[in-house]
Amino acid sequence: MIHSLFLINNAGDLFLEKHWKSVISRSVCDYFFEAREKAVEPDNVPPVIRTPHHYLINIYREKIFFVSVIQTEVPPLFVIEFLHRVAETFQDYFGECSETTIKDNVVIVYELLEEMLDNGFPLATESNILKELIRPPTILRSMVNTITGSSNVGETLPTGQLSNIPWRRAGVKYTNNEAYFDVVEEIDAILDKSGTTVFAEIQGVIDACVKLSGMPDLTLSFMNPRLLDDVSFHPCVRYKRWESERVISFIPPDGNFQLMSYHISAQNLVAIPIYVKQNISFFETGSSGRLDIAVGPKQTMGKTVECLVVTVHMPKVVLSANLSATQGTYNYDPVTKILLWDIGKLNPQKLPNLKGSLSLQSGAPKPEENPSLNIDLKIQQLAISGLKVNRLDMYGEKYKPFKGVKYVTKAGKFQVRT
Amino acid sequence: MIESGWSIVLSCPSLVYFIDTKMDDLIMMLESNKESLKLEAMKRIVGLIAKGKNAYELFPAVVKNVASKNIELKKLVYVYLVRYAEEQQDLALLSISTFQRALKDPNQLIRASALRVLSSIRVPIIVPIMMLAIKEAATDLSPYVRKTAAHAIQKLYSLDPDQKEHLIEVIEKLLKDKSTLVAGSVVMAFEEVCPDRIDLIHKNYRKLCNLLVDVEEWGQVVIIHMLTRYARTQFVSPWREDAVFDENSEKTFYDSEGRRVDQSKPYIMDPDHRLLLRNTKPLLQSRNTAVVMAVSQLYWHLAPKHELSIITKSLVRLLRSHREVQYIVLQNIATMSIQRKGMFEPFMKSFYVRSTDATHIKTLKLEILTNLANEANISTILRELQTYVKSQDKAFAAATIQAIGRCATNISEVTDTCLNGLVLLLSNRDETVVAESVVVIKKLLQTQPSQHSDIIKHMAKLFDSITVPMARASILWLMGEYCEHVPKNAPDVLRKMAKTFISEEDIVKLQTVNLAAKLYLSNSKQTKLLTQYILNLGKYDQNYDIRDRTRFIRQLIVPNEKSGALSRYARRILMAPKPAPVLQSAFKDRDRFQLGTLSHTLNSQSNGYLELSDWPAVAPDQSVRIVEVVELAGAPLLGKSKPGKSAEKFYSDSEEEEEEEGSSSEDSSSSSKSESESESEENSDDSNKSSSSESDSEKKKKTLKNKKLQQQKPDSKDRYCHDLALFLSQSHLFFLNKFLVVFKFNLRCIANVHYSKKKALLLFIMTKFFSIHIVLAFSNQFVANCRCSLLCLCVFLACQFDAVSWHVRVSLQASFPVFVPETSHELLHRMTGKGLSAQYRFTRQPCIYGNSMVSLQLTLSNSSDQALENIHISEKSSTGQNIHRFNAIERLEPQASVTVSMGVDFNDSTQAANFQLCVSIQPAVGELLLPITMTEADFTKEQGKLLGMNESSATITMTPENISSQSVNRKVVSVANLGVIPSSQENIHSVPRRCLNLTKPTFWNVIKKTNCS
Repeated sequence: MIHSLFLINNAGDLFLEKHWKSVISRSVCDYFFEAREKAVEPDNVPPVIRTPHHYLINIYREKIFFVSVIQTEVPPLFVIEFLHRVAETFQDYFGECSETTIKDNVVIVYELLEEMLDNGFPLATESNILKELIRPPTILRSMVNTITGSSNVGETLPTGQLSNIPWRRAGVKYTNNEAYFDVVEEIDAILDKSGTTVFAEIQGVIDACVKLSGMPDLTLSFMNPRLLDDVSFHPCVRYKRWESERVISFIPPDGNFQLMSYHISAQNLVAIPIYVKQNISFFETGSSGRLDIAVGPKQTMGKTVECLVVTVHMPKVVLSANLSATQGTYNYDPVTKILLWDIGKLNPQKLPNLKGSLSLQSGAPKPEENPSLNIDLKIQQLAISGLKVNRLDMYGEKYKPFKGVKYVTKAGKFQVRT
Repeated sequence: MIESGWSIVLSCPSLVYFIDTKMDDLIMMLESNKESLKLEAMKRIVGLIAKGKNAYELFPAVVKNVASKNIELKKLVYVYLVRYAEEQQDLALLSISTFQRALKDPNQLIRASALRVLSSIRVPIIVPIMMLAIKEAATDLSPYVRKTAAHAIQKLYSLDPDQKEHLIEVIEKLLKDKSTLVAGSVVMAFEEVCPDRIDLIHKNYRKLCNLLVDVEEWGQVVIIHMLTRYARTQFVSPWREDAVFDENSEKTFYDSEGRRVDQSKPYIMDPDHRLLLRNTKPLLQSRNTAVVMAVSQLYWHLAPKHELSIITKSLVRLLRSHREVQYIVLQNIATMSIQRKGMFEPFMKSFYVRSTDATHIKTLKLEILTNLANEANISTILRELQTYVKSQDKAFAAATIQAIGRCATNISEVTDTCLNGLVLLLSNRDETVVAESVVVIKKLLQTQPSQHSDIIKHMAKLFDSITVPMARASILWLMGEYCEHVPKNAPDVLRKMAKTFISEEDIVKLQTVNLAAKLYLSNSKQTKLLTQYILNLGKYDQNYDIRDRTRFIRQLIVPNEKSGALSRYARRILMAPKPAPVLQSAFKDRDRFQLGTLSHTLNSQSNGYLELSDWPAVAPDQSVRIVEVVELAGAPLLGKSKPGKSAEKFYSDSEEEEEEEGSSSEDSSSSSKSESESESEENSDDSNKSSSSESDSEKKKKTLKNKKLQQQKPDSKDRYCHDLALFLSQSHLFFLNKFLVVFKFNLRCIANVHYSKKKALLLFIMTKFFSIHIVLAFSNQFVANCRCSLLCLCVFLACQFDAVSWHVRVSLQASFPVFVPETSHELLHRMTGKGLSAQYRFTRQPCIYGNSMVSLQLTLSNSSDQALENIHISEKSSTGQNIHRFNAIERLEPQASVTVSMGVDFNDSTQAANFQLCVSIQPAVGELLLPITMTEADFTKEQGKLLGMNESSATITMTPENISSQSVNRKVVSVANLGVIPSSQENIHSVPRRCLNLTKPTFWNVIKKTNCS
């Protein structure tokens, strides 16, 4: 399976290597560098690269390439999924997954990688188990450890590893027992020039933060479970119960986790919370252009749209932008050619507007296509699909937990073509 | 020096790890006595390894620390060893004994990690040691260690492929393992070592199917892939015979399906085939994309066509995931969508391209959209494609043009529209777009050239402005091919080409030569000289292809005496009508690879790819998958015998049973006979005996006859039962019918058997062969008059059934315990327990700590004369059983007793639960003393040495009746373990007197002191 792992930063520096079988020379990465160069953008690097003797499967995350070396047939998704799991574990342990944090914690990284794979086959990837085997670093603990010489490494096998609920550790105790659920929905949409919806769908996730003592058995039910078209669950959810009763019954992992993700069936019309009026044009002569964007609320269900941001990937020939915004601030980065307009809260009385002129590289032909706009927004206390949590029940433990549900709607891949 | 390095580490660790550290420093740190320094050194070394720097000269210094007590240090040394052992084989051998010792450690984590390192160090000399360790670990009690053993199999195999046969034995053993933890890893080992030994899977097939949902996600992927392969060899095709028909016209297939079932001979799916499909379906909801993909490919390759649609949604869901996941999933969808458009058509919009997608994602989406295009949706798709053409990503725009071309050829209704659109693109400012359009137009024109001469003329005009070689070549080819339609333009183009011939690309040169030849044949008057000029240029070209072509063309078209019959046909050769190219998907032939594999992604066979076989025409024998009744899921519960097991399996099976049996008998006897710990040794002897008598009974097997059995004397019945049990446990089910008679007899005699151990054994055997109803009915008889051990065994047996057959569970859950035994059993005798005695009782109540636990009531009583403190069960449980411990009892007063309840999850096995009861006994001070004999003179002398600080005194008031020296002595002696110094007459008086007054404590101290010295 996975033979070796190389971590490479955006500049092409190989800063960490780990081998699970015999050592493979890092020169194998030359093939990767070649592909990387050819791709120009890091996003365009093909995930699977073939070399004469090996296969390189890579992911690009947080400005780091995780390049794994494979020698024999293996489902590529297996490796990709695992590499993402590694990145998530780093994030979990160090707060962020970046070159600096990995270098700072190189020993823990190594210990983690050692536990996660044995002979290239995943051994323990459940964060609860890993955390019992190798404790995450905290400033206090590393101080104490350096003084007392005690270690970060657990001495016994975590009980979870052997039980049939490996995601929960035994003997959890809290003084305040609480369970919070965030219903987060994202609208993926493509709007065309005239503002009509080409494609729209809602993807949702329920993130949970459960801090309950003992072995609680939770049941979450919805007012309108029929809305959910396609679901995928955390392994803790009993699928049979969902099939038969449409309730989510589970023994939760301890701490933060994603309980489920879902898709709202395509039959339901998706409410688009805002409308965008735009007019971007480049003049044939004079190497300049005009830009005029206005945003207004459409179907917001009486809630306020917040954190509204419009991002425009300008064509290469646009040198600078001279604009004025009635609300929020704008910024044009001439290197990446990204125009970013941070509007903030959308005020229905006074619609925000951004207009002005663009200056183009002189002599260059005018771009044929207008850049599309990517919208980012957030609406608190609203699940745009109308999904509602009915109740949360707990069995198995005697205390009364504090329960809370929060709804948020965000823009996912929300694009306006111009 | 070291100290300064130390302080840097505290402030800024990242700096230190990556500074080129002096090796000498590290060696010094490693050899120091301080653990923390060693650890620090190891951390730096790991930093070096991570950096890819060489640290192998440190090997001797590092390897010394392999036996360190500090677990983190040890782990880092392991990391180092695994990295460098291959290069320093001799030195690495020094560490082997440490691992061998660690393999016996009571801590399962340590056992497992020792095995991991031992098998990872890739030193060929230790192959036999590894083999031994693997064999041992494969039978370890801890499933975690067994899992590690499964991993070690692959490592050993890659180190020494000669061990294959032995390893297959271990794999065979581990495949039988019921733990979900082991299943994935052992299947992985199977795939790596002996993927062709499909016969090993037969017996475990149903078990694997049933366990699948509970296996960890990575194991699921591997198992699903293996089962896909397995199913393709074992079941007949669920697709109809006329599969070709299916593939080409989905619609008719769906419409007529209902009818056709009746017409053709009905296809009945093997229940095992169905079992696999049913049990994998829930995994489509997994959060792990690899699992979803694995199930999808399983359905694609195994499910009847009409059931395929359930995977669509899940695959589309994966498109929300990371870029890399999208890439793989889209590739697979592309392959699927060629064969079965209907599956993904409703989700067409999910494949719309966003400007932020990566280029390879965009092209894949485009591919799928093109595959999905049909008459109904083509207008929508074309409108979408129009927006893509304008994309800033030119590579993508070019791909879009090709896609338009494909739509145009596939759907004749829109050919003209597409062509017009493409012609418009010819005036595009971007060169790549124009070039691509030219190429695509060329292909399209081939289908109907006559109607489009104006397009060809238009392209001739464009020729000057186009610089992309491929496009220029395409125009030249068009000119030559259809020179009759554009008689005026073609010679002109050739003239231009003659001027620039030398500077053109090879592909353009070849087409120029072509054009020249064709014109020469059709319009030789105008072009003869031009042609000859170009042929001359070509003759001396640097590229041999062009020289060859020129020579060939010259011979072909210019008639001379040497040229044979060929030149007469030159015109027919060159101007022959050519079939239009078929524009087809690049994914057309990818379905030769199993979906979801690396080979499929790369479209070429990768190392170790296992071909998916075609369906067998006739299904192989189904009965090979049948296992013993106990394991049969949902099997009809009849009191009849089951079809026999295959003979070769038989011995290995009986081994397993023997194991279980041994443990069950041990368990029951240890609990029933009220034996103390010392006696339990005898027990294990007993079980040894039973296993040794095994072979005897095996020999006796054939000779054992019913008649003989019935003649047994009553007192030898026990012995006989035992033998019978052993025999039956091994015997083939085939014999079973014959023994039904014997068993009826047995039922009667069981009641007379005295030893519950034997009863348990018999009962155990019976459950193996008889239906649960009989056993339960029978065990109810026991309930009234039997020992508890048997009852608990009954419960276990019921539980065993529970796992496989839900109706039994229902009936079991519905009823309350018929009888709750009051008798309790000795766990710890007060003598062996040093005053603490423990008794236990199975309460038979549903355990409150967990569904799978058996609740156990423990009565602890303190028969000693001191209070016992902090009684608890030690954290260490070697067997891997889940035990819910009772809260520690703070203090147990003398003669008091307390009842606590605990839960033990026996994992549905009869394996004994082992736990340690920890007690702390705080002794009274007086018990710490030891009497010694000394003369009074010595006494006073010693006492004199201990004045001052050592002296402490207290006054005790006593009632007058206690004043007598006798009673005082008695009192003192009863409290403390003291001796009275006899001889001196003063002493006899003085001791009590001093006791009365102040001196008695001195007396105590003196004794205590001497005690210590």
